[in-house]
Amino acid sequence: MAVENPSDVESLLRSALRPIEPPEKLSGRLEETLSAITEAAAEELSAWAEELSESELRSLRQPRNWVRPAAAIAAGGVAAGGLVIVELRRRGGKRPAPLSGLADQVSDIADQVRDQVRNRLN
Amino acid sequence: MSDEEKDSADGGKPSESKAELDRAFEQLYRDHLRDVYSYSYYRVGNHHDAEDVTEQAFLQAYRHFERARRESNGRPLRPWLIRIAHNLASNYHRDRARRPQRVLDESEPIAALHGTEQIVEGREELKSVMEHLQHLPDDRRDALIMRFALGMDNREIARSLGRSDGATKVLIHRAIKQLQEEMSVNGG
Repeated sequence: MAVENPSDVESLLRSALRPIEPPEKLSGRLEETLSAITEAAAEELSAWAEELSESELRSLRQPRNWVRPAAAIAAGGVAAGGLVIVELRRRGGKRPAPLSGLADQVSDIADQVRDQVRNRLN
Repeated sequence: MSDEEKDSADGGKPSESKAELDRAFEQLYRDHLRDVYSYSYYRVGNHHDAEDVTEQAFLQAYRHFERARRESNGRPLRPWLIRIAHNLASNYHRDRARRPQRVLDESEPIAALHGTEQIVEGREELKSVMEHLQHLPDDRRDALIMRFALGMDNREIARSLGRSDGATKVLIHRAIKQLQEEMSVNGG
């Protein structure tokens, strides 16, 4: 095809840039990750609870204070859990990590959640 | 999926329960996994990294989904999702450029980007358009990927790239014109 006008280019682009079907394993991998997020959030909550100060623990003995930290963990910890899973998978794999900063993201999110919860408890 | 279901996946109503949000996210994921993967693939040029970018894009989307739905006012969330993938792909290229030579040597050469041979099945002119596409300025190339691989309209592309509708129309027009000129000169 001679490329003489813009419609020729558009026609070529339409043929060349076809949508790419994601590999089936990716769908499974993503679904697994998203399902595992709930479990990871529970673990995150547990780890966070171990770091609570005495005053925070005392505060949490009041049932009316339970909702807030739980909501904060749900908002931030869930995503952090998901990122942890990805990071662990990546570290277990053979190929080098193509994207950096995951560990930092996880750490930032965890800090953010803890600060958020502590602010709400105080 | 019906339009009603799609609206429900894209635009949120206030005070949704966690279960409702999760269902909506699942729908968004099913509707747009191929879009995010296609965009990632055309940007990073190999399946391994496209999978990683896609996975990260959906995890980031999950993290911010509630706010995105609230702020979307019922508008489709595909441009928001593609924007996440767009930023991740840009980070990928930035990190790759900074990586030491040893690692660069292990990665696939840019010339082999997109597995062109598989895509175009030996048609030289399609191969040529893909090669010329790679040499366009980033914003022009990205807009063309969104238009032709994902079938996005100007408004969606504008939202994904953070530009006005008018500027996006001009961007795409210039991108096609540049491709045509360069292919004519180089015997596309």
